Amino acid sequence: MPTKSKPARKSTRHRTPELLFGDLWEFDPAPELADPKLKQSYSLYINGQFVAPRSRKYFDSINPSTEKQLARIPAAGKADIDAAFSAAQTGYNKYWAKLPGKDRGKYLYRIARLLQDRSREFAVAESLDGGKPIKESRDFDLPLAAAHFFYYAGWADKLEYALPGVSAKPYGVVGQIIPWNFPLLMLAWKIAPALATGNCVVIKPAETTSITALKFAQIIQEADLPPGVVNIVSGAGATGQLIVNHPAAKKIAFTGSTEVGKAILRATAGSGKGLTLELGGKAANVVFDDAPIDQAVEGVINGIFFNQGHVCCAGSRLLVQESIAKVFVRKLKTRIASLRVGDPLDKNTDIGAINSKEQLDKIEQLVASGVEEGAELFQSSCSLPSQGWFYRPSLFLGVTQSHRIAREEIFGPVLSILTFRTISEAIEKANNTAYGLSAGVWTDKGSKILKMSTALQAGVIWANTYNKFDPASPFGGYKESGFGREGGKQGLCDYLKIVP
Amino acid sequence: MPSLAANKSPLKPLLDEVGPVDQVAIEERVAKFTTRSIKKASKIQGLKLAVSMVDLTTLEGKDTPGKVESLCQKAQCPDAELDTPQVAAVCVYPAMVKYARRFLGDSQVRIASVATGFPSGQFPLRTRIQEVKQAVRDGADEIDMVIQRGAYLAGELQAVRDEIAVVAEACGDARLKVILEVSELESYDNIRAASFLAMSVLRPGDFIKTSTGKTSVNATLANNQVMLEAIRDFYLDTGIPIAMKPAGGIKNSKQALHFLVAVKETLGDAWLTPERYRFGASSLLNDLLMQLRKQQQGVYQAPWKFSDASTGY
Repeated sequence: MPTKSKPARKSTRHRTPELLFGDLWEFDPAPELADPKLKQSYSLYINGQFVAPRSRKYFDSINPSTEKQLARIPAAGKADIDAAFSAAQTGYNKYWAKLPGKDRGKYLYRIARLLQDRSREFAVAESLDGGKPIKESRDFDLPLAAAHFFYYAGWADKLEYALPGVSAKPYGVVGQIIPWNFPLLMLAWKIAPALATGNCVVIKPAETTSITALKFAQIIQEADLPPGVVNIVSGAGATGQLIVNHPAAKKIAFTGSTEVGKAILRATAGSGKGLTLELGGKAANVVFDDAPIDQAVEGVINGIFFNQGHVCCAGSRLLVQESIAKVFVRKLKTRIASLRVGDPLDKNTDIGAINSKEQLDKIEQLVASGVEEGAELFQSSCSLPSQGWFYRPSLFLGVTQSHRIAREEIFGPVLSILTFRTISEAIEKANNTAYGLSAGVWTDKGSKILKMSTALQAGVIWANTYNKFDPASPFGGYKESGFGREGGKQGLCDYLKIVP
Repeated sequence: MPSLAANKSPLKPLLDEVGPVDQVAIEERVAKFTTRSIKKASKIQGLKLAVSMVDLTTLEGKDTPGKVESLCQKAQCPDAELDTPQVAAVCVYPAMVKYARRFLGDSQVRIASVATGFPSGQFPLRTRIQEVKQAVRDGADEIDMVIQRGAYLAGELQAVRDEIAVVAEACGDARLKVILEVSELESYDNIRAASFLAMSVLRPGDFIKTSTGKTSVNATLANNQVMLEAIRDFYLDTGIPIAMKPAGGIKNSKQALHFLVAVKETLGDAWLTPERYRFGASSLLNDLLMQLRKQQQGVYQAPWKFSDASTGY
């Protein structure tokens, strides 16, 4: 239809029509005003008490949107980690192992409700500390974190139905290390199933985003958990190493980079410790020519720009069928023009701050390599705040399989666009990666979805949607994206040992 | 090549050409518009913009010249205490056009008339054309026509298209608004396809419009979005700007602002004008005024502080 205009109208066609996304009706700043109730200095949470680090060392947590210091965070040393594991072991032997499942469930329900009660406060803290837009911390991170506690609370007294006919018991004490992209949500993913299955935990948040974890310790205390059941210790990589290598840790659960994951795999080899790893990704978002185009564009945008692209399952490779590539790219460019980059606390911000200077450098370096290797870079022309670490939403056109930007995880708002001609080429290209965490398929044809979902080697495959999460749905990877599952019934099994 | 037309519905080529719409995903998309926070100066600007886009409507069997007169008065001066723009147009039945013209004279407020056997469209073409011509003769600046949904669903696309073309011709200088009656087309796929079908014979500045306001489901953010995206695609392809009018069901300011956010983020600044975007509404106007007074005076005024417009549309 669009091409069948009458010749008489050609006079209206002076130049290529364009849309103007300007400031005719600009939104006023709409900052979220809830008080995050931050402290100047935080303590470790060990054995049910807030304690100063025996290491006496602290480091600063920086607000990535202002580059200013937010709070002092303790750096746990060897003595602290020893104390945490000793508390966890005692907590397990004395209280948690003796508690019936329904009582463990009660504590988990209590945690979930307390988290809901204080969700706005935590959302603001999360956005301040990590740089993610408030609409995401408010509408995604917090509700989902609470939902995980509710979900696993329900399982606590029904474990025999999760593994029918099999006898299983908890590991005892587990060490958990979480990343900086979804600090509180990853904490929930780790703590909820561990407690539901009867384990005690020593958990370490990432060093750039410790605040919500240390705030969460207040909720643990308020919920009146027995001492030692949850211990929260902050620190950098060295602290993480102490946790991994601690003899009392019977299982390690790690979410983070593939590089660190491999180091942990080496360190725990032969130790008899259980291990689950949720690592990097380079997900393909595959768009067929019969897809609902505008919704696919929206899904691709959501897939790569959600949380500034700091998402292990981000759809960072777009595979679009050649016959629609041109129109699809044009629509992507149009859509990017109306994305709002800026203050994470503004309710209208779509893309917030890059989590750290280090990460910003890494993104810039990988983007430079893309340009150097001959890919065509397109960036939004939006204005960026003068302070803080921000990055423009970016597209790379003309990317080939061998480009670094098609192989390495960028973990930023940068999309690499490749094309394919046939379904088998799409499968081949999508699977041509070291990773296998997630993938997306966009088509109007149901049978194609079924075919792709069996052919793609990825732990999660979204069809005509992207970045959908639910506590009941397991999440985890293939290949170098790790092993083990979080969420759902499967997530329980990774915290239980089968008793022969 | 032998004709394979017998193998498929006549709708299929059109649907294939314009592409499908995913219901779940588009409803998710528009839900994001509702999370935009519009405060302070941007709220006042948005509310005034919305006032200037209202097609103040009365479409009732009990309409009288007196009712139309009070509507015209309200349209020209929505609120004596507030500095607001006039509304874009009054929208009435054809028989009321001549009274509206008498009351409005050469006012800036335009007169829109529903025509072509509104709301069903189930009348002979000849009388529907006569209706349009008569309304224009009586002083209508704009004609809101209904398409024959029955013909569309039966696959008689050429008939639907030809009819829109004939009505456009009968309009002369008057602008045409083509009502798709989205609730009777039911699927988003059909709404998108029918939008293209109409746009293919419209003139620059003519409108496509969601609904008559006479069915249970009228304008929603989602069907508005389907049509905005169709307008965007058509414009980028042909350079012809088509205007948009959601009608019915938009009753309060918050909704109106959400619709405007959708326009801002889908079609951009050039469509944030009454020339390119309208609200077919009646009770919306008083809510916009109430919110504007709230912004000015800090408190909500009682409903009886606002002169009666029309309700129920």
